[in-house]
Amino acid sequence: MAKDSKKVVDFAAIKADLGKDFKPVQILDNDAKVVNKELMATFSDEQLVDFMKKLVWERALHEQTMNFSRQGRLGFYAPTLGEEASEMGTVSAFKENDFLLPAYRDLPQLIQHGATVAEGYLWSRGHVLGNQFKARAIMPQIIIGAQMVETAGVALGLKKNGEDAVAFSYTGDGGTSQGDTYEGMNFAGAYEAPAVFIIQNNGYAISVPRPKQTAAVTLAQKAVAAGIPSVQVDGMDILACYAVAKEARDFAAAGNGPVMIETLTYRFGAHSSAGDDPSRYRTKEEEQPWFENDPLIRMRKYLTDKGQWSQETEDAYVEECKNSFKDALKDADAVAPEKVTDMLKNTFEVPTPDIAKQIAEFEEKESK
Amino acid sequence: MAKKSYIQAITDGLDILLDEDPKTLIFGEDVGKNGGVFRTTQGLQEKYGEDRVFDTPLAESGILGLAVGLGLTGWRPIPEIQFMGFTFEAIDSIAGQMARMRFRFGGQKNSPVTIRTPFGGGTHTAEMHADNLENFFTGVPGLRVVTASNPYDAKGLIISAVENNDPVLFMENLKLYRSMKDDIPDEKYTVPLDTAKVVREGTDVTIVAYSAEVNESLTVAEKLAKENISAEVIDLRSLSPIDTDTIFASVEKTHKVVVVQEAQKMAGVGAVVASEISEHAIMSLDAPIARVAAPNSVYPFAQAENVWIPNADDIEVKVRETLSY
Ligand SMILES: Cc1ncc(C[n+]2csc(CCOP(=O)(O)OP(=O)(O)O)c2C)c(N)n1
Ligand SMILES: [Mg+2]
Repeated sequence: MAKDSKKVVDFAAIKADLGKDFKPVQILDNDAKVVNKELMATFSDEQLVDFMKKLVWERALHEQTMNFSRQGRLGFYAPTLGEEASEMGTVSAFKENDFLLPAYRDLPQLIQHGATVAEGYLWSRGHVLGNQFKARAIMPQIIIGAQMVETAGVALGLKKNGEDAVAFSYTGDGGTSQGDTYEGMNFAGAYEAPAVFIIQNNGYAISVPRPKQTAAVTLAQKAVAAGIPSVQVDGMDILACYAVAKEARDFAAAGNGPVMIETLTYRFGAHSSAGDDPSRYRTKEEEQPWFENDPLIRMRKYLTDKGQWSQETEDAYVEECKNSFKDALKDADAVAPEKVTDMLKNTFEVPTPDIAKQIAEFEEKESK
Repeated sequence: MAKKSYIQAITDGLDILLDEDPKTLIFGEDVGKNGGVFRTTQGLQEKYGEDRVFDTPLAESGILGLAVGLGLTGWRPIPEIQFMGFTFEAIDSIAGQMARMRFRFGGQKNSPVTIRTPFGGGTHTAEMHADNLENFFTGVPGLRVVTASNPYDAKGLIISAVENNDPVLFMENLKLYRSMKDDIPDEKYTVPLDTAKVVREGTDVTIVAYSAEVNESLTVAEKLAKENISAEVIDLRSLSPIDTDTIFASVEKTHKVVVVQEAQKMAGVGAVVASEISEHAIMSLDAPIARVAAPNSVYPFAQAENVWIPNADDIEVKVRETLSY
């Protein structure tokens, strides 16, 4: 029998400690109490109202778009209810010249970054014009994780160009399980490329809850292995999301290499407009506290108490936003349907001989 | 016996497989509590427990790598890849690993994995949720590729696929999932992996198709029957390997053939069928082999899908051209 010996390594203790260093950054808590006065002082009153308006804009976009979707007037759309602070807070920290790589739930950020709502609707319908926006960005990525590796490439390209710009990308909690997410962070880290990776942890990947994705207690700690700094932030606090993203952007832009941000938020509704039923995999008891943690509530209360916001202001702004979305749908409706000949022409720079013949065939077919 | 949809027929087959063989395992994204995004694994976790039917983290190469490893330790994995377009994430696990494992071991070990995945278009999905990647996968030696055109075959084929010790890619047609019902026997039955089926007998022309295009071809055959034209329709069912004997026998009878596929024309299944016929049965033909296929663009965005995908009208044109050659 071996003598009782001291453990060489106390793996159990190490395991218990993993991820303990991360404490979510917060500025305004759910009761609209300022928990970080120093950071709060960095915002002007005007900025605060602007953030409130962005939250309301995204909420209105969600409601109106879901409406259109229910009427069968759009294709695929990923609802964003509950994620407004996480999305608007982070995207607001970036500059026009920064390069955005969004996922399918990030249409609102793409629009804030310079695409039009009509383009967003065309994308949803599966029309190529929806991908031809002026914003410095790629179209919302359908393949989960693909944008994360591409972000490393874009960031390296920007660095080689000597541009004052960063690459920033979004994926979800589920997306962090893809090898691509690690590879993207690792490559960007290895090249000290200016990238900001934003993980929107909304608790679910369709039906799979966040704890089933990984044994890691935080997603932020996944950056540690790639040697890049990371942070968790209260994803229901738009001010904290903005402040953290701004610092990340500045850090990356200054040549210090990439940063990863995990926003803690919640997908209030179904996974997509095709409708899945969350009651199959989660309880009302779980949902309720999150609903009470709605990102609009705290900002609304804070600004209303300060006399800078009112229900009337909000109602009028919602109306204005929704009208603009209705106009956007009209713009999308005015676009001629896409043709197979266009798709064939877009496949290679110069149509190959086989495709040239097929273009001729479809020209005849589509002119009928 | 009960009327069942394509999805329900597959669920039925999976249920039998889980029940009969304690080594079978179902796993993938959302297959557990949620029963899969199309409900194909509905109720199976409840019935067989989380040890047998479980959700995975979101990573396709993880899912199929896991399947290879489980296969090496005596398990019989039936992983699901949520949409066929996501198999790109796991090409090495499929083509570089599971398809070569038996070969590498000199026949001593197998990869008894059946990958289930929905494919095909016509349902207006987001990009990469509709695709026809069979052209790609039928080029992988060591991998079987099968697909059913109806609920009856779907149940029998999934059972054969899982019980077979080779890796099988089991492609499930999205458009057929809920659009057709068959009488499905409650008990176990199998549909052989290597055989095509003559689904309609005829004497004037042979139409070779698979999956949803079989139904388009049958529509054409019925229409032509009213003009006393007799078309034979063959459902390939197995895309790799291809049952050429059934095709040759038909061609020797009809002397005319139209090969139909939903996938792009370049490379792939229809090209193999046509080349096999020209290599071994060309002397039986009275007209050139005709082909109906999608054009060689990237799979279309939802808007132009219905013009792009070959339908009964496209098939009819080619059949008439061939008949009047
Ligand atoms: C490579 C790949 N695998 C699977 C899917 C199907 N799918 C779409 S969304 C989703 C869940 C994603 O969860 P998460 O990353 O947390 O993002 P969220 O939807 O919550 O924003 C899955 C599995 C996909 N689009 N791409
Ligand atoms: Mg998520």
